[in-house]
Amino acid sequence: MQFSEHWLRTFVDPSMNSEELAHLLTMSGLEVESRDPVAPEFSGVVVGEVLSVARHPNADRLNVCEVDVGAGTHLKIVCGAPNVAAGMKVPCARIGATLPGESADKPIVIKAAKMRGEESQGMLCSARELGLSEDHAGLLALDVSAEVGRDVRDLLDLDDHIFNLKLTPNRADCLSLLGVAREVAALTGAPINPPEIATVPATNDAKRPLAGIEANGCGRFTGRLIGNVNAKAATPEWMKQRLVRAGLRSISALVDVTNYVMLELGRPLHVYDLDKLSGGIGVRFGLKGERLKLLNDQLIELDDTVLCIIDDSGPIGLAGIMGGDSTKADLDTRNIYLESAFFHPDVIAGRTRKFNFSSDAAHRFERGVDFENNVPGIERATRLIMDICGGEPGAIEDRVTALPKRPSATMRVARARKVIGVAIEASEMAGIFTRLNFGFVQQGSGYAASFLVTPPSYRFDIAIEEDLIEEVARVHGFERIPANPPLAPAVMRSQSEAHRNAHDLRRLIAAREFTEVINYSFIDEGWEKDFSGNDPIRVHNPIAEQYSVMRGSLLGSLVANLRYNLNRKHDRVRVFELARVYFRDAATVDGPLSVAGLRQPVRLAALAYGSAIEEQWGGETRQVDFFDLKSDVEALLAPGVARFEAATHIAMHPGRSAAIFLDGLRIGFVGELHPRLQQKYELPRPPMIFELDIEPLLLRALPQYQLVSRFPTMTRDISILVAEGVPAQAMLDAMNKARPAFVKDIGLFDLYRGKGVAEGEKSLAFRVVIQDTARTLTDQEADAIKAGLLQILEAQFGAKLRA
Amino acid sequence: MSDVDDIVTSAVEAFGRIADPDELERVKAQFLGKAGSLTAMLKSLGKLAPEERREAGGRINAAKDRIEAALLQRREVLAGAALDARLAEEALDVTLPGRGQGLGGIHPVVRTWQRIESIFGSIGFDIADGPEIETDWYNFTALNNPENHPARSMQDTFYVEGADTAGLPLLLRTHTSPMQVRYACNHRPPIKVIAPGRTYRVDSDATHSPMFHQVEGLWIDENVSFADLKGVYTDFLRRFFETDELQVRFRPSYFPFTEPSAEIDMMFASGPQKGRWLEISGAGQVHPTVVRNFGLDPERYIGFAFGSGLERLSMLRYGIDDLRLFFDGDLSFLKQFR
Repeated sequence: MQFSEHWLRTFVDPSMNSEELAHLLTMSGLEVESRDPVAPEFSGVVVGEVLSVARHPNADRLNVCEVDVGAGTHLKIVCGAPNVAAGMKVPCARIGATLPGESADKPIVIKAAKMRGEESQGMLCSARELGLSEDHAGLLALDVSAEVGRDVRDLLDLDDHIFNLKLTPNRADCLSLLGVAREVAALTGAPINPPEIATVPATNDAKRPLAGIEANGCGRFTGRLIGNVNAKAATPEWMKQRLVRAGLRSISALVDVTNYVMLELGRPLHVYDLDKLSGGIGVRFGLKGERLKLLNDQLIELDDTVLCIIDDSGPIGLAGIMGGDSTKADLDTRNIYLESAFFHPDVIAGRTRKFNFSSDAAHRFERGVDFENNVPGIERATRLIMDICGGEPGAIEDRVTALPKRPSATMRVARARKVIGVAIEASEMAGIFTRLNFGFVQQGSGYAASFLVTPPSYRFDIAIEEDLIEEVARVHGFERIPANPPLAPAVMRSQSEAHRNAHDLRRLIAAREFTEVINYSFIDEGWEKDFSGNDPIRVHNPIAEQYSVMRGSLLGSLVANLRYNLNRKHDRVRVFELARVYFRDAATVDGPLSVAGLRQPVRLAALAYGSAIEEQWGGETRQVDFFDLKSDVEALLAPGVARFEAATHIAMHPGRSAAIFLDGLRIGFVGELHPRLQQKYELPRPPMIFELDIEPLLLRALPQYQLVSRFPTMTRDISILVAEGVPAQAMLDAMNKARPAFVKDIGLFDLYRGKGVAEGEKSLAFRVVIQDTARTLTDQEADAIKAGLLQILEAQFGAKLRA
Repeated sequence: MSDVDDIVTSAVEAFGRIADPDELERVKAQFLGKAGSLTAMLKSLGKLAPEERREAGGRINAAKDRIEAALLQRREVLAGAALDARLAEEALDVTLPGRGQGLGGIHPVVRTWQRIESIFGSIGFDIADGPEIETDWYNFTALNNPENHPARSMQDTFYVEGADTAGLPLLLRTHTSPMQVRYACNHRPPIKVIAPGRTYRVDSDATHSPMFHQVEGLWIDENVSFADLKGVYTDFLRRFFETDELQVRFRPSYFPFTEPSAEIDMMFASGPQKGRWLEISGAGQVHPTVVRNFGLDPERYIGFAFGSGLERLSMLRYGIDDLRLFFDGDLSFLKQFR
């Protein structure tokens, strides 16, 4: 809602300056988004009448003008504007005048000057030189009736400000000057002077009776014809100026008047060319198959969800939204029909979004238009049309079908105090309702006091007790409500020691030199195919094609992060992301934290690329590999111990990827990026990646003390040769399965291939740690254990003891 | 018997000249060993009269003690010198950089997220998290925002494939407010919870990201007022920005799910943003319809809710002037947050 402050002050003029007025509105809930002067600062510019124009003796393009600036003063001014002519009235900057410069603190000061030998006692100005517009084609021509010598700021009302309100959807009543004025009056107590609206008597017997009015959509239809108007008449400057300052263009006198009344009173109107109507106007819902061409040339398909204005020819307009092309009034129109209707918000709401345009009328009707100002609105418009275009008005036909109810709501004083948290006096509440023009009856007294309140017809946001409490709090002033430190029982809380949260995991992985990234949850469909391989959930209205599906894996985004940073000369990249991924899942039902048919687990994924550690002195630089990342995964899972099994993943090298199992549950994958993707995404080397569901990682066992043995440990190493294809894990599993209780640990500590080991074989070394809690074991016992384990390896895996 | 003193003197002198520990042991033998000069003198004592013998013996033994003391002292000097030499040799250039793995970092928006959790946690707020693909009911209708309501156009919604069990299209949550409903429906008052997380709106320009983060807060009990909201949120901002100089103002606004509703602005007393009101949050007393949708009686239970943007808080906290930096994944930016 945009308007001129000076226009507002014709309705209500509180004794506060422009800035204070803006603050008042903002703090009452009508947020002033901007407040801009209509013109930059300048001074000393008056209306000058050009008396004569003579060619400059020394310059072809300049003229020497004699200019009357009032009080008998005639100035000689050199001017280069092409449109200068005797008899013209123009802005004249006198000597000493300041004009807007490049910035506010650098004004241009007009001095007496000689131009090509001719004295110039001031300057005639274009609109651009005054900062009024970009127009620099010639001098700004002022109205010929302008009084010579008058300050131009005063003449053009340039000390005005344009207020732009960001109104919330509940305050449709403030979508007009009258509405804002009512609010200002309520907040300040300043008197309100609405425009005087007099009944315009009918001078025309012609009639165009209304046809059927659909009561479910149109609560009231008020109309009148006006014959013999001059549609070509010019809109007066004062009206144009107010419209322009409200952000509207001047179109034609008839359209301008309807827009003016809409801004002034919040009353949308529509003008039809009476001679283009067939029969009487009616209102009904559209029928499937009907089509309508609108004023904006858009052709739309109608159906029974859209309320239409009709005549005998069928639909001629979208009720409360936009008129039709076939009956529009234009400059040749002689006789008009004025519509001033009330349409219920429900039948207008959301329709323009469906048709993909917006209109000022729809914006108001879907929020609620005062249903008591149909007649005053049409009278006001009639008066203005007759003043500008002439015409002979017919009688008003005002048909009421079903108006919204304004049931009274009760507000209990005690409840208001409890919700707001301040003991506002009942007398202040009564004062607030009075100023807001709410009808009320005060009932009871003291703690049991309450108000029975009836809101005015223009307030669509007052129906329940809380609506009234809000009004009390708002007008009382949010700033006057104290900021209380709350009182609540001091109950201790703690995170269970057996739980950790996502932030704990973030800190762990960040401590291993991974940097956290946040990527969009919607990605390119191609990534989803490459990194997840499932049928993705598509976004119906993505902001761009590359954000068209919900991701089922975080890995694609991490590879994109890698590419971005490689392009910026980071040759070592270690990033992680912790976020949800999205899958269709018929097994999921609606629950406290779930939506039926979807699985949205939180995952942690990481990518490492480049050297294993930052290149540094005193050590070999080595590229990060599978086992580096595997160790990161193991650290994340500790104290849980994961099992890794060779497995394939769509985005990973089939021989260098593993599924990760925790307590028998597969929780993710770790591996090297598939060479196919490495090539496709143009990566010099393959990054190492992993992706885990975090849910299973959040639970961890509380440590349970185990007896620490006082007896010494013994170790036995088992070095074997075994076929290349035998996985280490299988051998460890077999040994662990058979190990006696006093074998504390069996670990692999060496792997060797090459000299001394046959092709197709590898040499592995396991270390067995042996300790009993009750006694010292003998060497013989230790040797026997070693022999037993070796036997298992020999029997099950064809291993040979390495000499 | 001045020989004795001479021997002591020459032994002390001899020891003092020696720099090598092995040499010292060899020279020691010249004086104290079986063939040493003092030993020779002791052997010759037998020729003396008993009186003289006692006296001379005493002097020789005293000399022996003095030589042994000198020897011990010299040994210590030499051992100290050897240690010094070894230490000098082993000295490192301690200014060389340390080796090993470095440190990664947490995203600035998540740092903010963690701080918010800890600040609200300090007065007993629980933390909740839930689905991002949401149903119409949780995102809108339960929050008193029915279909076609003009307030829906305040938040342009992404829709995704699929429908909920009511047949309405699924959407990406436009705010974290659905978590109010989900949490409150499954807990009994007093309900004190914050729900940080990802949110989505069809909006993309220099100051809007189609994906962003919010934190929702909800406190429902028998007597939680708008004045309490002002107290809690003002306190939060002052703790978050670590300054009591921060000014906070509440001005009336409108959200379908709260009434009275407020927009919260804050103003710094110093720094680059000094003196400007900055919008930081939407808040208000939970609408009775919403409380009813929690499964609670609004006559008995009241309270407040708020929703704040984490990106905005992070930008103000760390002086970041471009929203897009958060989502570019640029390590030069992210590595500033460790």
